[in-house]
Amino acid sequence: MSTPAVQVRDLHKHYGTKRAVDGLDLTVEQGEIFAVLGPNGAGKTTTVEILEGFRHRDSGEVSVLGIDPRSADRAWRSRVGVVLQSASDHAELTVHEMVATFARYYPSARDADEVIAAVGLTDKAKTRCGQLSGGQRRRLDVALGIVGKPEMLFLDEPTTGFDPEARRSFWDLIESLRDGGTTILLTTHYMDEAERLADRCAVVRDGRVVALDEPSKLGNRARQQAHVRWTVDGRLNEERTTTPSALVAELTARFGGEVPGLEVQRPTLEDVYLELVGEVAP
Amino acid sequence: MSATTPAPTTTAAHAASAATSTVRLPSLASMALERTRIELVQFFRIRDAVIFIFAYPIVMLAIFATVFGQDGTRVGPDPGIPFAQYFLPGMVATGVLLSSFQNLAMGIATSRDEGGLKRLRATPMPPTAYFLGKIGSVLVTSLVQTVLLLASAALLFGVDLPSDAARWLTFMWVFLLGTATGAICGVAFSSVPSNGKAASALVTPIVLVLQFISGVFFQYDQLPSWMQTVASLFPLKWLAQGMRSVFLPDWARDIEPSGSWQHGATAAVLAAYLVVGLVVAVKTFQWRRRDDG
Repeated sequence: MSTPAVQVRDLHKHYGTKRAVDGLDLTVEQGEIFAVLGPNGAGKTTTVEILEGFRHRDSGEVSVLGIDPRSADRAWRSRVGVVLQSASDHAELTVHEMVATFARYYPSARDADEVIAAVGLTDKAKTRCGQLSGGQRRRLDVALGIVGKPEMLFLDEPTTGFDPEARRSFWDLIESLRDGGTTILLTTHYMDEAERLADRCAVVRDGRVVALDEPSKLGNRARQQAHVRWTVDGRLNEERTTTPSALVAELTARFGGEVPGLEVQRPTLEDVYLELVGEVAP
Repeated sequence: MSATTPAPTTTAAHAASAATSTVRLPSLASMALERTRIELVQFFRIRDAVIFIFAYPIVMLAIFATVFGQDGTRVGPDPGIPFAQYFLPGMVATGVLLSSFQNLAMGIATSRDEGGLKRLRATPMPPTAYFLGKIGSVLVTSLVQTVLLLASAALLFGVDLPSDAARWLTFMWVFLLGTATGAICGVAFSSVPSNGKAASALVTPIVLVLQFISGVFFQYDQLPSWMQTVASLFPLKWLAQGMRSVFLPDWARDIEPSGSWQHGATAAVLAAYLVVGLVVAVKTFQWRRRDDG
């Protein structure tokens, strides 16, 4: 197996008396999309910014593409793409000028037009950055993060402020980057985003990873009881079971065909997530 | 199909791409030039700022020359210096201060606020290229501004510009040193205000006060001596005095408080600000907003 893209061991970082990151462990394999979930203040952004080389840690071991970000040099920066939470700079430049000037900082950048097309901004290429909508601006952020052909891409809450359609096309873009061999670490508040994109996800709480798995298996999700509902004479029946298929087969036999009002519901990623971060689902 | 053809090609291509991806980073010079270019593109698109920076010294020169020189009064003993000519050096100096110090102190603070600096920091562009780009663009804008000012002074106010090489040589070093010092001090000062809005509230009064006490708006030798002393602690006074030595007749040194142009002291003070500003800028420069953890 190849060396992991990101390796974090026993990471600690405190601000004053607050322990923002408190013994966090993380491994991201090459070529996967890894999502970091967690409530605000859980230590997600601090962790990601330590990985990006923006912040210094108090203790622990960190390696990104085999290099400690603390000693990040230009060569390392050219292999790492960063999409920060928000930026509104260079408002006077057009989208094309902005992407093209960033491309010149990298040893082997992607073609500016190609990147602009990939994020769906081709018809805005000549628009000044300051005139873009929030979602368009966010797509420009992504374009600037990937123009240098990074091997490793960090995305901090990339789709905040997107409409559903923009979000779907953004997801396609991220998947195509992964398929092209880019390792991606993203933080997000959206469970549907993690479910759709992530190969694996980690739930962070109080500066520590409290759960780590594929989205479909997180927090023992696959083995939790499913809710099976159906109606008899307009009355709702509900049964909880770990073997919903068997129950549905039995119901089908009982009704001699279609089961009226049949519904099978597994706990959603959001249910599991809320349980893990210690909030009670309504 | 023969097994020999495709395999070696692929291996060679892989080896080549691996080699290029690790070695060839763009040169510092190419990135400094690119930063200069992009800074200039941005500068010239903010029309209000362009008009302000280029027109301010010219408008000020027009007002002061007209107000003070309306009844043909001149500065100094006979034959005297026309007011437009006397104020020209101060306006050149203040123009340099605006396009270097004020422009960068406010511009960088705003860019930091917008997250632009942090994003640049995440790229392989070295910080030196960013600073060289700032200095390069300031040199270009200062030069354009000064040329416009000198042309207006000569064409609109009939100021005789020097014709000997020695004076233009003095102009060159005072201009370059003044611009570089103003730019570096602007970079250093950009970390003082807590955000972009505070920057203009903080920088504008400082620049204004310096203009009043440094002999830009008033005849320097007529200011109270304590004010002259305060002014001599700051670079603008020296920049203005250096420019007076370029644009005023030789005898005008007699109306200087020190009775001389003090070129040595001018170079020393500006260079000291340059060096100290550089050290402070390097030590205190922040790529992130102050509230960003």
